[in-house]
Amino acid sequence: MIEIDNVRKSFGPLEVLKGVSMTVAKGEVVSVLGGSGSGKSTLLMCVNGLERIQSGRILVDGTEVHARATDLNRLRQKIGIVFQQLNAFPHLTVLENVMLAPRKVLRKSREEAEAIALRQLKHVGLEDKLKVYPSKLSGGQQQRVAIARALAMSPDYMLLDEVTSALDPQLVGEVLDTLRMLSGEGMTMIVVTHEVSFAREVSDRVAFFKSGLIHEIGPPDQVIDNPREPETAQFMKSVFSSHTR
Amino acid sequence: MLDGSDFGLQELLLMARGAGMTLMITFWAVLGGTLMGVVFGLVRSVAPWWINWPLGAVLDIFRSVPLLIQLVLVNSFKSIIGLDVSAFVVSCVVLAFYTSSYCSEIVRAGVQAVPQTTRRAARSLGLSYWQDVRVIVFPIALRVSLPSWTGLTLGVMKDSALVMWIGIAELLRTSQVIVTRIQEPLLVLSVCGLLYFLMSYPISRLGAHLETKWRDLD
Repeated sequence: MIEIDNVRKSFGPLEVLKGVSMTVAKGEVVSVLGGSGSGKSTLLMCVNGLERIQSGRILVDGTEVHARATDLNRLRQKIGIVFQQLNAFPHLTVLENVMLAPRKVLRKSREEAEAIALRQLKHVGLEDKLKVYPSKLSGGQQQRVAIARALAMSPDYMLLDEVTSALDPQLVGEVLDTLRMLSGEGMTMIVVTHEVSFAREVSDRVAFFKSGLIHEIGPPDQVIDNPREPETAQFMKSVFSSHTR
Repeated sequence: MLDGSDFGLQELLLMARGAGMTLMITFWAVLGGTLMGVVFGLVRSVAPWWINWPLGAVLDIFRSVPLLIQLVLVNSFKSIIGLDVSAFVVSCVVLAFYTSSYCSEIVRAGVQAVPQTTRRAARSLGLSYWQDVRVIVFPIALRVSLPSWTGLTLGVMKDSALVMWIGIAELLRTSQVIVTRIQEPLLVLSVCGLLYFLMSYPISRLGAHLETKWRDLD
């Protein structure tokens, strides 16, 4: 379980998270919607300790992420994260990209790591690209490598930070399909996204973020279709009007 | 060896020996300079300002004071304090520091060229700071830095001619001596240039080869 409790986070004078609380239960898919700069992505960085926080606390399976005694490298093994930016390691082949962490972090043998990588790459449908370097892949394929790379650590949680935002429209579908498959397998996920209809389809709950706060959180048919808060309603209206242009 | 010329096998052998000296000095200077440059460059890309600033200032001295002056000063200084090291060692050490000052900037630029998001991705997988540096930052930075580093190596090879001023007979000095003796400057200097080319060419070819090989990846 991920417990986020009254988290505040500032970059210099700018407060990005202004007291955010939410919990994500095992097996749950929570989508986070909201405008750019509302603090959604920062929250994900805080959950696996890539960003410090100013106050509040975040617990992952009872371990406090920002406690001094916490071994972050160990904690991160069970939290996979995929970013908006395409960041497959450019000097490694697809197979090597996925093998790297099992080898270096889990200390698996080359054969074991290769077996793990192969399984995950099949999973995301890239088994025919093993020896290819990332620069030769499409954006969608690169994001699937990143997903396979995270999955190779057998994480208990996946954090997805606008993973389709940097992609050409025609490539979005293949990545969303991969995420659908993950949610179907019962993976616990926090999905920061702009794809509202996708959020409605896969999420158990949807959180609406605005200026560093969760304004509304609940099942998708509430937050997306019948929002209680006026800010949420306004956001959904703007999203849907731009979609049905 | 050549009709109507005093340039013979003996002269050629002398020049080959001079070229050997040039290669030796270049080798030690580039080896030492690269090792130090990598360390300084890494330190400069992560250290707080109170380390970064003085280190940068010292390296700036090596880059901005003419190499000739550095060689002569260090060589004299060593005599003054009675240090028993040869001019060869002085040459290698001075050239190594000179090389390291350039190399550190090349390394720093290479490290900074690795996107922050790529490093975050590595850390998010559970890699430690040093694992990230070793298996992600270093290989990517190496590819970025290689062309500049090849250029630096070739530059150092030619700059190494300045060590003749502290009494070392490297290729250029040897050529001058032969010119004085046989009075055929055009021929001798052409041979000298050819020898420099023969030493440089493999290095630049190797650099270009690695570059194309790695470019296929990007």
